[in-house]
Amino acid sequence: MIDILLSLLILTGAIFTFVGSLGLARLQDFYTRLHGPTKATTLGVGCLLVASAIYFSVRDEGISLHEVLVTLFLFITAPVSAHLLAKAALHLQVKSLAATPAAEPERDTSV
Amino acid sequence: MLDTVIPIAYALVSLALVLSLWRLLRGPDAPDRILGLDTLYVNTIALLVLLGIHLGNAIYFEAALLIAMMGFVGTVALCKYLLRGDIIE
Repeated sequence: MIDILLSLLILTGAIFTFVGSLGLARLQDFYTRLHGPTKATTLGVGCLLVASAIYFSVRDEGISLHEVLVTLFLFITAPVSAHLLAKAALHLQVKSLAATPAAEPERDTSV
Repeated sequence: MLDTVIPIAYALVSLALVLSLWRLLRGPDAPDRILGLDTLYVNTIALLVLLGIHLGNAIYFEAALLIAMMGFVGTVALCKYLLRGDIIE
């Protein structure tokens, strides 16, 4: 029973990881490419980490918390780095297929 | 069942690594390359977690945690450099 659950989680995680990178390689412009790795890949790695947590919790008969740490860190940092990348791309005025805001308005620059 | 699924997962994650490496080498603009590098880090974490399950050894998580932290710091530093031309002002 645990075996089937683990296999499902691992397969889902691997497929999502692959689809995220496929999006990174195949999509048209930077702003669409940003979606693949930051959403699909994060979910895929999350699935793999949950599978690993279940595996080691069952095997060692104690709750394994290493994976939770990695998962939390990954889920907190992925949106932050995506936001910074989007800001950098807007700053450099990377070509976009859709209409983007012309330039970043001059604001408080302490961020 | 795990013995059949894990090699498939290895193959998929390795393909994902190759795809993000391709974007890192090709990617027309600097943010594309940073995004490729970031995805490379995340895919490496996935591969390390798979390796940990396959070999039944929990020691690989320390490496995965380190890569997660260093990858995030690297991405933020590179983005700050693109935004400001300087990392620590």
